[in-house]
Amino acid sequence: MAALRRVIDPKRVLVSAFEKALYAKDASSLSPSDPGVVVLPLTAEEVQACVRVARDHGRAITPRGSGTGLAGAAVPIDRPVVIVTSKMNRVLDVDVDERIAWVEPGVLNLDLSKAVAKHGLHYAPDPSSQQVCSIGGNVGTNAGGPHCLAHGVTSAHTYAIEVVLPDGELCVLGGATGDGPGYDLRGLFVGSEGTMGIVTKVAVRLMVNPPAIRTLLADFTSIRDASAAVSAVIASGTLPAALEMMDANCIKAVEPWAKAGLPLDAEAVLLIEIEGVPEGIEPSVAEIRERCLASGARTVRVASSAEERALLWKARKSAFGAIANIKPDYYLHDAVVPRSRLVDVMEKVIEIAARHEIIVLNVFHAGDGNLHPLLVFDGREPGVLDRVHLAGEEIVRACVDAGGTLSGEHGIGLEKKDLLPLVMTDAELAHQVLVRTVFDPDGRCNPTKVLPAGATCGELRRVPEGAWV
Amino acid sequence: MAVTEPHAHGHLALAERVASASVHRFADDVGSEGRVRVVGAKTQWEIGRRVGDMSTDVRELRAPDGVVDVQPSELIVRVGAGTPVADLDVALAEIGLQCPLDPASTSATVGGVLSVGRSGVRRLRHGHVRDTVLEVMYVSADGVLRRAGAPVVKNVTGFDLPRLLVGSIGTLGLIAEVVLRCGPLPQRRGWWSAISVDPWSVRRALFRPSSILWDGTRTFVQLEGSEAEVHAEVQALAGTAWQQCEPPTLPGARSLLDPTSLQRLRSEDPSAVFGVDAPSWMAEIGAGVVHGVVLPPPPMAAPILDLNRRMKDALDPAGRLNPGVLPW
Repeated sequence: MAALRRVIDPKRVLVSAFEKALYAKDASSLSPSDPGVVVLPLTAEEVQACVRVARDHGRAITPRGSGTGLAGAAVPIDRPVVIVTSKMNRVLDVDVDERIAWVEPGVLNLDLSKAVAKHGLHYAPDPSSQQVCSIGGNVGTNAGGPHCLAHGVTSAHTYAIEVVLPDGELCVLGGATGDGPGYDLRGLFVGSEGTMGIVTKVAVRLMVNPPAIRTLLADFTSIRDASAAVSAVIASGTLPAALEMMDANCIKAVEPWAKAGLPLDAEAVLLIEIEGVPEGIEPSVAEIRERCLASGARTVRVASSAEERALLWKARKSAFGAIANIKPDYYLHDAVVPRSRLVDVMEKVIEIAARHEIIVLNVFHAGDGNLHPLLVFDGREPGVLDRVHLAGEEIVRACVDAGGTLSGEHGIGLEKKDLLPLVMTDAELAHQVLVRTVFDPDGRCNPTKVLPAGATCGELRRVPEGAWV
Repeated sequence: MAVTEPHAHGHLALAERVASASVHRFADDVGSEGRVRVVGAKTQWEIGRRVGDMSTDVRELRAPDGVVDVQPSELIVRVGAGTPVADLDVALAEIGLQCPLDPASTSATVGGVLSVGRSGVRRLRHGHVRDTVLEVMYVSADGVLRRAGAPVVKNVTGFDLPRLLVGSIGTLGLIAEVVLRCGPLPQRRGWWSAISVDPWSVRRALFRPSSILWDGTRTFVQLEGSEAEVHAEVQALAGTAWQQCEPPTLPGARSLLDPTSLQRLRSEDPSAVFGVDAPSWMAEIGAGVVHGVVLPPPPMAAPILDLNRRMKDALDPAGRLNPGVLPW
């Protein structure tokens, strides 16, 4: 503590239980854990100094952005030094001609888009938490969002990253427009969940605002039809900017307060967004509408105003907040499947939830095949947690069996690390360990995250019976 | 070419995952001993820094060739790394798809393009070439076949090894087979050019051009999309004498040049900007790339150099993969 207070303003070194409590967990349902000490640096030099103090005292570090992660990567384990970058929150430079912005990691995702809006630009990855999540955290988790369908996830929008490495060295990964000499360490770092260093500055790609946007709401009487429509739209020759699904449970939870005009008697709706030039967009809208109708949509509504569009997206992005109306607790997976398997996998998800008598809400990035089955429950009900975990594990296995994988955008963190052997062989896990070790030979940087327990000492174990998922 | 229905091979969970016989044969050929490199069409053979003896006792192998599986409703394709890009383009076009790898030479192979990791001239619209890669089956220095990534369009399950392998010129692992993200084949695609227009103003006037190239005098724009989209973008070019044209020829070498330096070409002498004489050059606006000029690679800071060295040592401790060459 004293050493940290020498390198950074003592007011920004938090040691009391009261102050540290804010940093004990993330947005997942994982239990809080005590951060040994929390520091709030303002500069890369301060981050370096904190990392070196931690190293000299044999303490692990856990980087943290806004703490909106859903897999536990920012949950402090074994009382580490938690290094929070949220006070480093300046947009440093915007090159309008080149559409590149240099930002500090604490800049909030939506604030970046707001800051460049006057230039007709925006930052494309848009996680539902975009009002509160930070760019540094987005880089750490390789965050996604509805509009990543056409434009790609965070990695495709990250040109360069200034990082403090686990040994305290400062360096820039990547280059001015994403190409640097040597291996693509930038690409490897994005999504490494704080295990390879701490982001202190990021050069991001900005995109031009589309001159025309059409937002469609297609309404279905079965999830099967809606899932089939997803494949039909993907194969239509126009790749939508976003393609989201909400099922009946979700619609019923959201509509009463969002009042977006979602059909309460639908089994599923698709929210489809198309971007383009005004003259070119209508044929695409007509084609996609036709494909939805051919797949069994009752109606396809096109938002007639920016307000209506905003309302539909509000309903989609606030869905998780609305579940409190149903049950107090939720448990969420984000497995991803090949898009052509959506029909089968969705039926299986519903069957699994029904068999375990758990309510499931589905609100997800259908166009990416990225499920978000939200299991809602009341933790006070006896035995319910066991059923939730069993159902969760069965859902993940069903997705993996369909050729999918564990996480499309939330990451592995603590939550899914013991499931990695479901999708990786021991040899593949060994390479995961190797590349992490290149960045952090001493295992000081968020050491208990991403890789299964035991993986770091060369002994890989399979998923234990009854693993917590 | 095989167009398979969903549920077919290519979507198998770990337990039942089977690589094709040719991929296994490739892994056997790589083996676990001796110096080895994979050869594509050698169209970018000069890439990479020579760091020693490249030729003594090095076995040259070819990666598996052929389109394995393509799914129109998925917009993905599984293809052997030894497949010529031209063959892949034809196979995809037959079912209305494209994958904009866009190598400078049409004989280049998929694996060659990815190992070098340089984007083609349509980066402005389609993004970096590395972002087309969803899954890589590779053979590591110990001769073991491994998979990185998955045949899904979005994936944050573990560290992003496909990014690391793209651009590593076969020095970390040898790419056998990949799954690539595709897109719809546009109805129309073409080039337009005009002289004495500011290429950055052109970029502002367009929504999503595929390429904007500039040789200091003439600006070339590549557009693609539906007939209506391309027509609308051409209209947006209005004001000067734009003419449809043949694809421009890119002069020889390709170098990285930061966008700020590229912008200086608007007002400064090219040789002053480049630091070398360049009789004929072509800049890719928005991509930080200039053709026709040999520039030294951007300098590498000591910690980055150290990470690169350690990465090579970790994944190829005996230095048997593409010996004598390093990408830095």
